[in-house]
Amino acid sequence: MTTSELIRAVEQADSAQSLLEAVRMLAEAHSPEGIPTLITVLGYNNPGAAVAAVEGLIKLGEPAVLPLLEQLDGYNYGARAWAIRALSSIGDPRGLNVLLEAAGTDFALSVRRAAARGLGTIHWEQMSVEEDILEAQIKALNTLFQASQDPEWIVRYAAIVGLEELANKIKNRQSQWLEKIIHRLEEIINTDETLAVQARAKLAQQRLERG
Amino acid sequence: MTASEQLNNFSQPTEALTVEQAIANLQHEELGRRYYAAWWLGRFRVSSPGAVDALLVALEDKSDRTEDGGYPLRRNAARALGKLDDKRAVPALIECLNCSDYYVREAAAQALEMLGDASSISALITLLDGGVEAAKPVPGKPHLVQPYDAVIEALGAIGATEATSKIQPFTEHPVGRVRCAAMRSLYQLTGDSIYAEALIQVLQSNELQLRRTVLMDLGAIGYLKSAQAISETLAENSLKLIALQGILEHHLKQSDAMSLSEEAIEVMNLMDSLL
Repeated sequence: MTTSELIRAVEQADSAQSLLEAVRMLAEAHSPEGIPTLITVLGYNNPGAAVAAVEGLIKLGEPAVLPLLEQLDGYNYGARAWAIRALSSIGDPRGLNVLLEAAGTDFALSVRRAAARGLGTIHWEQMSVEEDILEAQIKALNTLFQASQDPEWIVRYAAIVGLEELANKIKNRQSQWLEKIIHRLEEIINTDETLAVQARAKLAQQRLERG
Repeated sequence: MTASEQLNNFSQPTEALTVEQAIANLQHEELGRRYYAAWWLGRFRVSSPGAVDALLVALEDKSDRTEDGGYPLRRNAARALGKLDDKRAVPALIECLNCSDYYVREAAAQALEMLGDASSISALITLLDGGVEAAKPVPGKPHLVQPYDAVIEALGAIGATEATSKIQPFTEHPVGRVRCAAMRSLYQLTGDSIYAEALIQVLQSNELQLRRTVLMDLGAIGYLKSAQAISETLAENSLKLIALQGILEHHLKQSDAMSLSEEAIEVMNLMDSLL
């Protein structure tokens, strides 16, 4: 099938199951022309189809970044969470500002969660100027420290995952950052009210100390 | 909490109240304020004796009625009392199991589950009278004659082994949610993994709502072997994460909490992949 036929199949799907099948096929076609349709699917409140669409967008990678940024849905938090999740997994630095804002201030916990995780997985090396990288990493670190105090346990959990990944990317150059991160993890282990969050901080601490 | 409540449990701006205002608002002339105050006290787990006393009064409210005779304030008061961990609420909640409003009975059963007091067992079992035969839909309503799933889940959580034989037939009930509740409860009461494995099968259901329900069930019983299947089912990541949290914490509590086992790390790896 051509990409436009695959797109039509998504648009004409008349059941949850046929939508899922059509989205899977479009996602597997890896065609940039399918990007806007895959993004539209994120707003359909069909979690199976959304998972397939996100996977397709992640595999497409760089070409999906600008359409994702342009089509971010300010009114549908479900769709926004999936889009942020795709941006987080692609790790393109052009998504950084959106992730910083989403992790810190979005009202939907699923959006804050996906964004916090994404702040750890930015491909910093794709940024052009060394100065920019440092400044951007400091912003990411501060936002993750803030997210690690979020009222929702899953956002704190995601912030720990983000901090661990960020620490892995910066630790050779900035040992004082690493110390700050490990110190924050220690605080979480000792004081967080949620056992799963404490355990994830413990895991991050063990991995970082092992190097 | 139901799956849809879990799903909507994102932080949103809520009306700022102080504890004193919330307690006072339970008597506010605007019924909407009373309703909100009851929810607020539960949400922020205000367990002061004053809050509990005021909610116990709200549990007998007669002013806030729906068109078909429901008691919205009583429902919210019962839900809140379940979260406040004060056993003084148990007798009043048991009384609510006889309320004419189905949703008050459901909220009371859920609250009694959270309070976990064995004194509520016999009253809960009474709601299963007549067995599956009697457990029919109420004509024109979206629910059965009793909140069977909430009652059965409560009996399982409280450890009411004397209810096992009464719960058993509900594994054949026509409503999927009720069957899941029975399997979840029987796993808790008997420890027989056959029930947990049957729940895992439901993750393959074509109904999204049923997949959501069973995610909550597997999280509640903390069945470690379901972690992989949970991460793969077609449902919102938010619900999968809550289910996996249940499994992780159940496992951590059984082992030396902070020495992380292979199994705990495996569950966390699955959770990481769903963020």
